[in-house]
Amino acid sequence: MGLPADDWRPSAARLTLEKRGQLLADLREFMGERGVLEIDTPVIASGVIPERDLQNLSTVTGDYLVSSPEASLKRALAAGLNDVYSLGHVFRSDEAGRWHSPEFCILEWYRRGLDLEAIIGETSVLLSQILGKPVAAPRTFVDVFTKIVGLDPFSANTSSLAHAAHDLGVAPDASTDSNDRAMWIDCLMSLVVQPVLGAEQPVCVTHFPIGDGSLVAPAKDKRTALRFEIYYHGVELANGAEELTDPDLAKRRMRFHTLGTTVPSSAIDQKLLSAMQHGVPACAGVALGVDRLLALQLGHHKISSVMPFAWKRR
Amino acid sequence: MAQVDTSQFKGGLKIILDGDPFEIVENEFVKPGKGQAFSRVKLRNLRTNRVVERTFKSGESVELADVHETTMQYLFYDGEFYHFMDPNNFEQVQASPGSVGESAKWLKGQDRCEVTLWEGSPLQIEAPSFVDLAVTQTDPGVRGDTSSGGSKPATLETGAVVRVPLFIEEGEVLRIDTRKGEYVTRANN
Repeated sequence: MGLPADDWRPSAARLTLEKRGQLLADLREFMGERGVLEIDTPVIASGVIPERDLQNLSTVTGDYLVSSPEASLKRALAAGLNDVYSLGHVFRSDEAGRWHSPEFCILEWYRRGLDLEAIIGETSVLLSQILGKPVAAPRTFVDVFTKIVGLDPFSANTSSLAHAAHDLGVAPDASTDSNDRAMWIDCLMSLVVQPVLGAEQPVCVTHFPIGDGSLVAPAKDKRTALRFEIYYHGVELANGAEELTDPDLAKRRMRFHTLGTTVPSSAIDQKLLSAMQHGVPACAGVALGVDRLLALQLGHHKISSVMPFAWKRR
Repeated sequence: MAQVDTSQFKGGLKIILDGDPFEIVENEFVKPGKGQAFSRVKLRNLRTNRVVERTFKSGESVELADVHETTMQYLFYDGEFYHFMDPNNFEQVQASPGSVGESAKWLKGQDRCEVTLWEGSPLQIEAPSFVDLAVTQTDPGVRGDTSSGGSKPATLETGAVVRVPLFIEEGEVLRIDTRKGEYVTRANN
């Protein structure tokens, strides 16, 4: 017999694994100090929270691998728990690359009664502790986008956005859906704006277009959502929001996001909707990519080298 | 021809874009926090060698390019095209000077080359790593001349000029490293 292949080995170095263990402990300590309770949420669920352009992995039992612990944590809140978090693995089909993996580690937490500003404050404290850099004061999506692209993402017409993408050399090859406004904004955001965000220190961007998140509370202006993202070295680290509590609006949005996907509307998480009808309290929540956080903390340029067993070694 | 979608993109994959064959150099998956995913791809045009960057929407499909490498025997240059033969089936192909490129100056009849074929026609020719070529012209070495670093130019039978040690004489057969364009040793036959 020849030598065994060495793809059985962990994809992260020993020292990195030790730092990873320390980071997981630090995150739990941060939550524990603030009285946020850890809930070890299940990874298999009978329903999904349909989101724009998000593909769930399904199981042979006809269930789904969760793309976030959101439904479980909100059910816990509706049942009367105060502040809760989950630190574990989630799954998103078809997302693989330097900064993406179909299975990854997420820290997600919900704080009762916190608004957008307060939850950004708490997230900024956590990130600055771990990264050793303060998070810059929040700027709105419209300000950041307009400054970098030179067009207002809300008032510019779709063909100007398309032209800008073509001029900047980032337009998709087969741009047949040239009137797909959301696609052009995503294209400019992820290929032009995001790469230059957070070169010096983590930056926070708020008030994204309202159509973005299924379960995010709308802002008073009716065109933006009370949502924020934090970027460091062009990588999105955290994604949070003031949460939507209206079950009817939640249901309509989730139905809308199942259109044109393989997810049947019957797959919408009914237990989450029941919990919302019972009453999810006013709260704010954040999802934080732990693999990305560790990679940026240690100066790596991809997540596979900080994961114990990266997707390619599964 | 078979199609691939963006989830199968990886370095080395050969695809067709705008009618030309390309090789993927690098593929980067990008996706905003919420929304549409894209592949940002660096590709090398296999005809022109130029590297371009392109964006694909995730899930988009492209046609695979029927590109493969094979060993062929160099036959001759007719003044316009270089002719090669597949030693297995004796089929011949002709390659333009553009696709032969720098390899041209090392090619001698009978040499076996790595030929990259796209739909049956040559895209790229790679000369053997080592070739044995005769010296057709070189000046006699002047003993004690160290100003040239102990070497002198020699013209080989294919027209290529390489630097050789002073003791090399016209008519000698030399082994040449084609990747560096350097003299290695005298050939021993």
